[in-house]
Amino acid sequence: MSRVDVRKTYKLFIGGAFPRSESGYSYAVNDAKGKFVANAALASRKDARDAVVAARKAAGGWAARTAYNRAQILYRVAELVEDRRPQFVAAVQQSEGLSAARANAAVDASVDRLVWYAGWADKLTQVVGNANPVAGPFFNLTTPEPTGVVAVLGPQQSSLLGLVSVIAPVLTTGNVVVLVSSHDRPLPAVTFAEVLATSDVPAGVVNVLTGSAATLGPWLASHMDVNAIDLVGVAGDPALATDLEVAAADNLKRVRRAPAAEPDWTLTPRLDTMTDFLELKTVWHPMGV
Amino acid sequence: MTTDPTGTAPTGTAPTSTVFEYAPAPESRSILDLKASYGLFVDGEFVDGHGSSFKTINPATEEVLAEVAEADDADVDAAVRAARRAHTRVWSRMSGSERAKYLYRIARIIQERGRELAVLESLDNGKPIKESRDVDVPIVAAHFFYYAGWADKLEHSGYGTTPLGVAGQIIPWNFPLMMLAWKIAPALACGNTVVLKPAETTPLTALLFAEICQQADLPPGVVNIVTGAGGTGQALVSHPDVDKVAFTGSTDVGKAIARAVAGSTKRVTLELGGKAANIVFDDAPLDQAVEGIVDGIFFNQGHVCCAGSRLLVQESIAEELLAKLKTRMGTLRVGDPLDKNTDVGAINSAEQLQRIRELSQVGEDEGAGRWSPPCDLPERGFWFPPTLFTGVTQAHRIAREEIFGPVLSVLTFRTPSEAVEKANNTPYGLSAGVWTEKGSLILHMAGALRAGVVWANTFNKFDPTSPFGGYKESGQGREGGRHGLAAYLKGGDL
Repeated sequence: MSRVDVRKTYKLFIGGAFPRSESGYSYAVNDAKGKFVANAALASRKDARDAVVAARKAAGGWAARTAYNRAQILYRVAELVEDRRPQFVAAVQQSEGLSAARANAAVDASVDRLVWYAGWADKLTQVVGNANPVAGPFFNLTTPEPTGVVAVLGPQQSSLLGLVSVIAPVLTTGNVVVLVSSHDRPLPAVTFAEVLATSDVPAGVVNVLTGSAATLGPWLASHMDVNAIDLVGVAGDPALATDLEVAAADNLKRVRRAPAAEPDWTLTPRLDTMTDFLELKTVWHPMGV
Repeated sequence: MTTDPTGTAPTGTAPTSTVFEYAPAPESRSILDLKASYGLFVDGEFVDGHGSSFKTINPATEEVLAEVAEADDADVDAAVRAARRAHTRVWSRMSGSERAKYLYRIARIIQERGRELAVLESLDNGKPIKESRDVDVPIVAAHFFYYAGWADKLEHSGYGTTPLGVAGQIIPWNFPLMMLAWKIAPALACGNTVVLKPAETTPLTALLFAEICQQADLPPGVVNIVTGAGGTGQALVSHPDVDKVAFTGSTDVGKAIARAVAGSTKRVTLELGGKAANIVFDDAPLDQAVEGIVDGIFFNQGHVCCAGSRLLVQESIAEELLAKLKTRMGTLRVGDPLDKNTDVGAINSAEQLQRIRELSQVGEDEGAGRWSPPCDLPERGFWFPPTLFTGVTQAHRIAREEIFGPVLSVLTFRTPSEAVEKANNTPYGLSAGVWTEKGSLILHMAGALRAGVVWANTFNKFDPTSPFGGYKESGQGREGGRHGLAAYLKGGDL
């Protein structure tokens, strides 16, 4: 007889720990062919709130890291995804039903994307900041700063490349993340969280909730201690996206609107993936003796 | 501390200072050619509105200045259609260098008619002539000059060269002409056309600007001015053919606009309220700091979204600083906005005066100590004396809510981290001030303050090249500088 394997329990990732949902709920996750794979934790609104608290606690420290250090850590994340390549290829195949070649390509692109964003950490300020020649004896400088806690409703289709493509820009700019994973394809997100937990990413900087964007989205969109929200995970549901955008106005969150359909994640990202989560600060000081 | 422990005395004793008696030096109104009534400016011409009309008054005297049309939905629609036509047929096809020359023309005419604009602004708004003449109008001209030069250089902006289309712009009453310039200059430079709604209480300089557009031979429809109140603004925001909404005003209305455009593809920039901390450390140059504090809260009667309305002073120097501040406040001249000696003019409207009075009463009721220098206020018109509250805590409403008047709340702190915590303890994040001689402390504070503009050892400075805008509930997007182009170009979300 073949050996009975030891299966992994897929849990949430909040504040650097891997709890089950406080609600005790889970839901069955199937592979692309409809065969049961595992029970994933079904995150509740309380889990979402806990994740925001954990993220807020981590925000100041992460923003205060040097850009070079954030770049190093993101590069380390890329290294560990590469290191676990077979595991991620299998997870993507299982979730998305891709051929081995296409799953490999998705993992390649994910690693490369992480490296691309890692490199942005200490360059973006130079690209989007400015020295301003005001008409007076003043030093005047505009620099970008992280907006703070970013809720990301992750893409529903692309379980790894899409996931990496929405988390990395938020991290490299010094923001912290509360992510709601794909509902039907959540398992690569949990495995990615395990990578983050061992990549020098400080606890709370990324929090991963598996479950429903439709259920958790309204709580995150209206949460008064969330600074921004990425609605890509509700692409193709304009009614829900509009509701979430309305809720986000309660504290004027920065909103990355939901596109009509999930984007093609293989394209090189635009800068707005990062600048949407930045604030510009202008500092004046007199010049004289 | 030199506080009023009972918090009951409405005015304090006269501080020891020398207040010179000045003879009145009123600026003449004869330069103005005020009409009895004004229509809307649509498609290059003044037209009658379909709606009712309203009166705009001089807040210093309550004299009616003119009757102004209140644009209804049909008027707004006509203006948006004119703007769309002008965008499609003329303005978006014109080369950037040609657009630039129109903007340069406008800038020049603003300079040429600067005195007229300043007098009219002071008359309709209530701000001192020395401010409208020396601050507002020069910045307005400079803003058009600055963005004129961008029109043919957009490929270097980092945001592409493609305009959004028609911009619906709504501006407040505190800096009517300056806010108009901040909205219209970058929009036009980028190849957009605009429909602008000035504030209900201050429509006149926008209508004079419309005349300037005519003098400049700006193609019809590129700039349209629709006067009116909230309903006119709502019609503009919700018009389906408006591609971009730019709003400066209250945070409540800003949130309503954010909800109104949800689910659309309209781009939005919002410049909203503030409750800025002006932080004075014990090593600050105190006389300069006092000037900065006064400028921060009493400039423009405190009708400034970035006003330094919370003074955070390090405990060890609080007594000394407050004594100096009171002495300085005793020299402020409150009165006729058209008098060239006036420092503090009229409150813009009866409604705003009521709000300032209410919140100040709440300040007293909650136990803060109220103080104003002795000052004679005119009998007619809307007036409020420069006022400070001591013994204010973070729980007090006067420390949390935007008063938008000449009212300063004074709080104290002991350490830089306490100052940061108190300064950031607000849903707003528009501006902040820091006063210290220690460079590393300035840079530390500048980094820690969650605000879009940090003035260090200065306050309330503005420049066309310098981006302005808020964090958190103070708004989204920036006006001014290269970053100000982002709001009006397709690639502007980069």
